[in-house]
Amino acid sequence: MRRLLPLLSAGLLAGCTGWQSALAPRGPVADDLHGLFWLFTITCALVWLAVMLVLLAALLRRPPDGKARQERAMQHSARAIGGAVAATVVIVAGLTVASFLATRSISAHAEDALVIRLRGYQWWWEATYADPRPDQNFITANEIHVPTGRLVRIELAAADVIHSFWVPNLSGKQDMIPGRANSLAFTARKPGTYRAQCAEFCGLQHAHMALHVVAEPPEAFERWRTAQVAEAARPHGPEEDEGRRILESKACGACHTVRGTQAAGNLGPDLTHVGSRQFIAAGMLPTTRGSLAAWVADPQSIKPGSNMPMVPLTADELQAVSAYLTRLR
Amino acid sequence: MTAALKDRDLRDTALEEKLLHARLAHTWRTPPGLIGFFTTVDHKRIAVRYIITAFAFLFLGGILAMLMRWQLSRPEAGLIGPDLYNQIFTIHGSTMMFLFAVPVMEAVGVLLVPLMLGTRNIAFPRLNAFSYWIYLAGGLVLWVAFVLDMGPDVGWFAYVPLSGPQYSPGKRVDIWAQMITFTEIAALAISVEIVVTVLKQRAPGMRLDRIPLFVWASFVTSLVVILAMPAIVLASTMLILDRLVGTHFYNPSEGGDALLWQHLFWFFGHPEVYIIFLPATGMISSMLPTFVRRPVFGYLALVLAMVSIGLLSFGLWVHHMFTTGLPRVGESFFTASSMAIAVPAGVQIFCWLATIWLGRPVWRVPFLFILAFFFTFVLGGLTGVMVASVPLDTQVHDTYFVVAHFHYVLVGGAVFPLLAAITYWFPKMTGRMMSERLGRWSVALLFLGFNFTFFPMHILGLQGMPRRIYTYQMDLPWGGMNLFVSLCSIALALGFALFAFNAIRSTRSGEAAGDNPWGAATLEWATSSPPPPYNFARIPVVSSANPIWDQGQSLPVASGLSVNRRELLVTTTADAEPEVRETSPGNSIWPFLSAIATTIMLVGSIFTPWAVVWGSIPVAIGLIGWFWPRGTPEDDS
Repeated sequence: MRRLLPLLSAGLLAGCTGWQSALAPRGPVADDLHGLFWLFTITCALVWLAVMLVLLAALLRRPPDGKARQERAMQHSARAIGGAVAATVVIVAGLTVASFLATRSISAHAEDALVIRLRGYQWWWEATYADPRPDQNFITANEIHVPTGRLVRIELAAADVIHSFWVPNLSGKQDMIPGRANSLAFTARKPGTYRAQCAEFCGLQHAHMALHVVAEPPEAFERWRTAQVAEAARPHGPEEDEGRRILESKACGACHTVRGTQAAGNLGPDLTHVGSRQFIAAGMLPTTRGSLAAWVADPQSIKPGSNMPMVPLTADELQAVSAYLTRLR
Repeated sequence: MTAALKDRDLRDTALEEKLLHARLAHTWRTPPGLIGFFTTVDHKRIAVRYIITAFAFLFLGGILAMLMRWQLSRPEAGLIGPDLYNQIFTIHGSTMMFLFAVPVMEAVGVLLVPLMLGTRNIAFPRLNAFSYWIYLAGGLVLWVAFVLDMGPDVGWFAYVPLSGPQYSPGKRVDIWAQMITFTEIAALAISVEIVVTVLKQRAPGMRLDRIPLFVWASFVTSLVVILAMPAIVLASTMLILDRLVGTHFYNPSEGGDALLWQHLFWFFGHPEVYIIFLPATGMISSMLPTFVRRPVFGYLALVLAMVSIGLLSFGLWVHHMFTTGLPRVGESFFTASSMAIAVPAGVQIFCWLATIWLGRPVWRVPFLFILAFFFTFVLGGLTGVMVASVPLDTQVHDTYFVVAHFHYVLVGGAVFPLLAAITYWFPKMTGRMMSERLGRWSVALLFLGFNFTFFPMHILGLQGMPRRIYTYQMDLPWGGMNLFVSLCSIALALGFALFAFNAIRSTRSGEAAGDNPWGAATLEWATSSPPPPYNFARIPVVSSANPIWDQGQSLPVASGLSVNRRELLVTTTADAEPEVRETSPGNSIWPFLSAIATTIMLVGSIFTPWAVVWGSIPVAIGLIGWFWPRGTPEDDS
């Protein structure tokens, strides 16, 4: 059975990457859910098939002639219904128990869990890596890194409306509700990038609210963490200098923080290491100098309704800003 | 003799057949033309009107569905922007739930319950007329707002805080909330009528165990409506108050609670599903015997199953909230109760299977729809078992898996039986039959179109596609299947179009039906097609659950009712023994005027709370006019 499941999933997944798929589990929690899914699916498929076969037989069969035979057929039917109801009770009870057991096995706890505080905004994610050592804290956005093989607990909150955090390859979803504290735990088995997407309708750009979970070996994760704790990279050359100056002096700094500069706003994503992330604008565009320039030049046509306004810049200023943002690795 | 004919208490007892019909037709008539249109209280006319309106809304909601499929047929399509798309899916859901599915099921009840019970009109016929106008007004408010680009855009369950004053400024959400108020009033009115009609107006001899199963279903449904609606009344009123007068019921930063809305909404919203589904099961139980030529197997089990589904439906609401972080033990209870409802649902399926097993199928269009129902509904019910599991639900909740699931349940479980019912009872609405040949084509198109459209959505959901997204990016592997789904939805739409064409054409050129074209067993087939305004010239007396089969096409009758004023026979609740003669109100313009006054008040209150104060004056005038004694024979009695 265990060996059959991946085959079945592979059939469903034929020709696609499955990087945001419940059918391609990449951790123990998702494994359990995947197993439970197939248990339910196979059971339900068999029940459905049985009902359809009985229906077919009932349609094709010649009804009994004569009163005595009809009486007998009715008695048989009554008994068959009794049996079917009993079978329903047994199946449903069995599935309920399987469901309880799965709930128990995925509610994992560990002392050394990595805790990440995730806060949903319309339409992006703010991640805080809280560390007991204050100088090791940092804030990032729209991309979280986790070490493989270690339990990760995500503490979920919302800044405005209800969002829902869902990385199908690693775990089921959990809502982020204003005024409530929720959490969710998972472990990533193998290195890789897993896509998460907001699963609770949250307004205009609900469709464009993705987050990437990058699972990497513990050493690589540690390197990433150290790099993130550091202040922003210094600009190289006059163009990047100009870019930084514009970022600090124009509207950018009112909403965004770049640690180590005068930009210290907290309404939009932290940009200290924006160049190190794989995507910008909550998963909309891959991070390149071109996409950064395009996004800054006209966020409203790329993501209509987003809270990022269009800041009027000349072509040269745009060049400088995008050069500087690319530097922020 | 003429003096005797004018006697207000002239009874039908001694009257000869021809004179009786003439007298009754005069007493129960609806005036011709526009006056009649606005004043009628004939349950059949109002029901047909209700049904036509509901199907018009189905058509509009269907157009929205096709627009969404067009936009989703490829990644990053720019046909519909996010603002319009969000309005479209909100209006689609709200229209289908509040303006199509619930009203159409109740309307079929309004049409059939009095006929199946052998009475002359529904209880509170003026309330019935009022209900229709209020429903129509609610639907128009929503759709006019949408046309004016003021359509609600927060989804049909309008979760706070997104629908609260801070994140949804403007009037869009208020329009949604008030549309809910309109449909609440309309649905509650009908439910009260049906409960009273079923309890007090059954034909003599129709004991509780002889009530047709569709009537049982309408009765249970009406009780569910009466118990579930207060939750949504409360929830939407609190939402309107938050938005209009600055209360903070749902504002967590002021001590309110965002989850409160979800509890209240789903305490109504889950029974809502059964408000749609139960009448559909009743339709199947009432139609199936005709098409297998034997009484339904397990009458008592079917009644008990319906009652227990009605009760259990109130214990399931939290399964819409499995990902909100409620305590695990509480969630487990709701897993168990959600699974438990599979048992009565199973009992119904098994009884129907046994009925077919013991009978001899007649392959007519309604029966084909019933078979399509079995195929799709059983599948939808089983995916329902899947989403009832908390851990599984955390993967599939708010994805296209759920979209697939509830369309299987609602289209497979309710729309297919409804289309069967429309085909089956078409003669009782028009006196004609629908075309069998076109009907077969529409069954085939609908069945194949539906399954090919919605089955792949299960897989899309498992592949990570969330609900309510207006587009998806190129790098997500959903494009091919979405294109397939969109193409198949064209077949589904053609199926509906063909059904509509068939119905419209058949009203004029269908074959004349006769009283009992299907050879059915229940009382609605014991009168003409369409029935006269008074339904039955003399009240039939029944001594069986299948009166026409067991007692013959011409049933024994009870006499003694007045023919010069509208009179019904009231019977006892359990055994349906004749109790008293009761008058039934006549035509009146006041329900229509009261509905206009109510509409003005409710629409006004979207803009100012004072509309409730000043608007209540015309409503009061309307109601006074409604109940003012006018010296009619009915008032005098």
